[in-house]
This record gives sequence, C-alpha cells and structure tokens, in this order.
Amino acid sequence: MKLLVNFSKKAGQKPIIAQVVKDTGVLINVERAIIDSSEGEALIDIPDDTCRIVKEKLADLGATVRVLEHGIILDETECVDCGACVSVCPHEVFYLDEHWVIRLREGRCVLCGRCIDACPHHALYQKDEA
Amino acid sequence: MKKSIDLINERVRDGNARVVTADAMPGIVAELGEEEALREVDVVTTGTFGAMCSSGAFFNFGHAEPPIRMERIWLNDVEAYGGLAAVDTYIGATQQSTTREDQYGGAHVIEDFIAGKSVELRAMSRGTDCYPRRTITTDLLLEHLNQAIMCNPRNAYQRYNAAINTTDRMLHTYMGMLLPNSGNITFSGAGGLNPISNDPKLHMIGNGVPIFLGGAQGMVIGEGTQSSPAGGFGTLMVSGNMKEMSQDYVRAATMQGYGVTLYLGVGIPIPVVDLDVVRSTAVRDEDITVDLLDYGVPSRSRPVVRKVNYAQLRSGLVEVNGEEVRTSSLSSYRKAKEVAETLKVWVEQGKVNLVLPTRPISPETRVMPMHESVHGPRVLDIMDKRVISVGETEEIRAAAQKLLKGETNHLPVINNSGLLVGIVTTYDISKAVANPGKATLVRDIMKKKVVTTTPDEPVDIAVQKLERHNISAMPVVDREMHVVAMLTAINLGKLIGGRWLK
Repeated sequence: MKLLVNFSKKAGQKPIIAQVVKDTGVLINVERAIIDSSEGEALIDIPDDTCRIVKEKLADLGATVRVLEHGIILDETECVDCGACVSVCPHEVFYLDEHWVIRLREGRCVLCGRCIDACPHHALYQKDEA
Repeated sequence: MKKSIDLINERVRDGNARVVTADAMPGIVAELGEEEALREVDVVTTGTFGAMCSSGAFFNFGHAEPPIRMERIWLNDVEAYGGLAAVDTYIGATQQSTTREDQYGGAHVIEDFIAGKSVELRAMSRGTDCYPRRTITTDLLLEHLNQAIMCNPRNAYQRYNAAINTTDRMLHTYMGMLLPNSGNITFSGAGGLNPISNDPKLHMIGNGVPIFLGGAQGMVIGEGTQSSPAGGFGTLMVSGNMKEMSQDYVRAATMQGYGVTLYLGVGIPIPVVDLDVVRSTAVRDEDITVDLLDYGVPSRSRPVVRKVNYAQLRSGLVEVNGEEVRTSSLSSYRKAKEVAETLKVWVEQGKVNLVLPTRPISPETRVMPMHESVHGPRVLDIMDKRVISVGETEEIRAAAQKLLKGETNHLPVINNSGLLVGIVTTYDISKAVANPGKATLVRDIMKKKVVTTTPDEPVDIAVQKLERHNISAMPVVDREMHVVAMLTAINLGKLIGGRWLK
C-alpha cells in the first residue's frame, strides 16, 4: 500500500524514514520524493499489514501521512484508447489489451502525473484523497 | 475479370454482397488468391481515428431582427471567420479560446454542438443601411442553425512519420509528449486500415465518393491540402453534415504545449472492382513504412533516425541504436476498427450507394515547401562580429580586464588551437573574486557547457535557446567551433523595424 508522507523543514532535517525503518523493521520502498529547503514529500510503498504501525511512527516523528488508495484514474467516457499515455509512463502502468483498449496496472503507479499532461483527452486524473 | 460498380450495388441491394474490413483483406487474399478474392469480396471498408488539425465547420445562423452582417464572430469565446458575409462563418478546429487558451478551442465548439450543448454566439458589425444591427449575443443549439457542415481541408493522412526526441529536454509537440534522450516514440495512423493506404493510386477514392465522417455519411470533396500521394502522403478534403454526427467519433483534444486539435473518425468504403483493388486492399501494417524523425531538430527537414513500419510501431517497442524504445500511438486503433466495422454494417444494410469518383484525384501530386521571397532574419544578420575572447590558461584577472575593456558581460574561452572550450561571465569572475580560493586560471571558473549558435541559424531558433537556458548571450561558432561572433540580447534590438534588412 502507498502512503504520501509530508514533513516540514524542521522535521526534514531528521532522517524520518530511516528512523521508521529502524524502529519498526518494516522495509519501506521510497517511490518518489521531493525535498527542498522548506518541506518534503515522499511517496512510500509498504506491506499492507504494516500500515498502522508505520503511520503511527511517522506521525510521532511529526510527519503528516495520507493513505493513497488509488493510483491514477482513467475516465472511460473521455478516453478514446489512443495510447499517448503508454510510452510516457516511467512505471509502465498503461498497456493496450488484445482489443486495443487501454488497461492500467494501478499498483505500479507512483502518481508522478506525467500521463495527466500527456493525455490529449483529459481522461486521466488523480483522485483528491484529502 | 472486372466487376462493375453497378453489379456491386446490385449485390448490396439483394443482400448478397460480401463486405469486409480492410484488416481482414490480407488474410482473405492469402487464403483465396487474388482472382478468387475479387469474385468473393465486393467492398472493403477502411477507417482511421486520430488528430486531424485541419478540420472545421461552416455554420449559417439565420438572420436576426434587425439583421446584422457579422464581421467579428466568437463562439464560446473562440473566434470564427468573419469574412463570409451576413450570418455565415467558418470555425477552425485549432483556433483557441480568447479566455481559456489551449483548454478550449474550435474543436470543443464543434464537439459541444454535436453533444447537444448550448454555445454562445457573440458578433459585432459596423452596421450598414441594409444590416443596421451592430452587436448580437445569443445562446444556440445545433438545431437552431440552418446548416452546420463540417468541411475539413486536410484529413485522413495516408500515413504519418513517427517522432522521437534526441535532445536532453522534454518536447511538447503535435506528436505529443516526447521524452528526452530518445525516451519514447510517438506515431499516428491506422496503418493497414487507413483509407488511402488501401488505394494509394487513388483509383476508387475521388471526388463525390461516400465516406464515414464523424459518425455521419459524408463525402470526399477532392484532393486535400498539402496532399502528396506521389510521396505516399495523400490527404483528402471531406465534408459531412454535423447534425448527423456523433460525439463517439468527434472529440476535441489538447496536445499540451501545442494546442487544440480535433480527433475524428473517417472511413471510406472501397468497391472491389478489379485486381488492382484486391492488391491494394491487401496491404498490411508491415507494408507501410514511415520515417522516424528527430523532433529535437527545429527545422522543416528533420533528420531521419531510421525507417519503421506500422507493425513495428504497433508492437510497442522499436529498436533505436541498439536500444528498445517504447512507442505510443496518438490515434486510436480501436476506434479506427470501430469506424471500419460501422461502415461495413452501413454498406451491408444498403445505406451507402457506392459510386466511382466523379473526378479523379491525381496520384502524381507532390507537396512543395513554402516559397519565401524574403528570408527571415538569421543570426549573421544581427550578430556582433567584434569577438573578445580569453585563453583558458590566462589568469582570472586578465579575463576581468578584458570584460571591462570590451564592455561585455560574456567572454568566450578558447584553447591553444583557438577553439571554444568554455565561457566566463562577469558573474563567474565576481564570484571568484568574492570567494578567493584555489582558482587562479580562467579554466578553473569557466562554464564548460556552452550554448552556441551558428551564423546561418534563424534568429527565432537562437532566441528560443536564449530563453530556454535563461541566458542573455551566446557565442556564434563555425563548424570547427571557432568563435566568429557573439549574439547578445542587445543585438536583438536590430530586429525592430526591420533594421537587419538594411
């Protein structure tokens, strides 16, 4: 399961994710991270059964955590199955099936958003899970 | 053996016609042989569904009371042509909204009308004795228009060159998003299903021939603009009644960083009258080859990276310089098949009266580039030929003196052979002086990655480089990397008022 972790500058100076790995023993896979001088955001992937403990630990260390239940979402009424998304996705989320219909391997998505820009039909979007 | 068009229409009327989609034809010919395929198959239906920028529609709004002769016209803030008198207009698919930019355009107006949505018409006029009214604003549905005739100057490209980007930055083109460093390939077109690819000599496709257009029955008007069938890039001008069209086959789209376009379904039924038609409709994806062009080169003649056929493109991976590069279709093959299938049903149901072209389209036409009587400015027209450069082994102090003396902020750095190896700016030198460290020579502080231009580069391209790299000057170099001049933002002032023409 994927968690979106946000931390402020103050907390950003501490090795939050490393601390959580050390304390919980959960192997955290960082799929995407943007960290600058004032704040940081990391998309992490963890085993489903460790969600509660990782979330609590991250919160203790001052991070805000959101569970991301969805990868990128395809609006089938807008999609014409062209395939513009297929080659731009760094994680090969999209493919055309034997009927030339776009399919998603949602679990691979790291919500980088590149496909949203590449889609000529505005058929891809990110669900606001706030 | 030959079959007359009358015989084919008779078979259609009797319900005995064998109609197949173009993707089935290669298999049929392989199985039955050409002669038998000619006896067996009566009509081959083709289809394509993709971005067709050169599309648009004529509208007639009917007369208002008091009447107006519209001179400037907007539909949902998208400007339409006002030179057709009174209440006619033409809206082009790629025209962008004055308020929503590339998120809404002529293509969206067309799709909204077809979807049954209301569209706001605004128009202005100077007012005449016969047309006294000066402004009008009204909300319109498609049913309120006398005519809404889609009329597309350039549709159904026979095939289209594929695109790749060898530069190190992302490109946003009409061929979609092109990742840096040959990160992906994009292509368009339905390959063996494509209408003209099934009749490249244009025997059966010509003026007056019935077609599928946007879900309606339309027709071929004639040769499309920029058509180049002699080179394998034929196009068609087509028209159809928008009131009969369906949103399933007419979709507005935005290519990010490029603009608005219209995705459109076009299909043509090809009556199988002779062996030539059998052979041309047996075309397969692997028979149709295009160039893979490097869109990183901003020129009309883009370098060809390799040849590639539609079977390779559709496979999802194409090899480029020993590496597998993923491909993206920008047109929908599923929709193209749907167009060909729908057209097949129409023909089987006797809804389409097949005809021979009332006038042939020449297959010999070849597209010409623009004749430019006045060439646009090139770097050599405005560049500064006084070059002050510094050697890479000179001291920083020497560079500072040259900058002061030459009243410049940019100093190209050259090596012993006089070739460009770097650049230093006043900023680099100030930094070196402010933070004295080990650096003593020019080569210790110079930037080694230098953005350059050449004397014959168009100024527009050079300006793009300055903007992209957020710099105000760059060396002008020859083939061997000798610095022959500098191009600075100040030189661009010569462009104003055509002073570069002299």
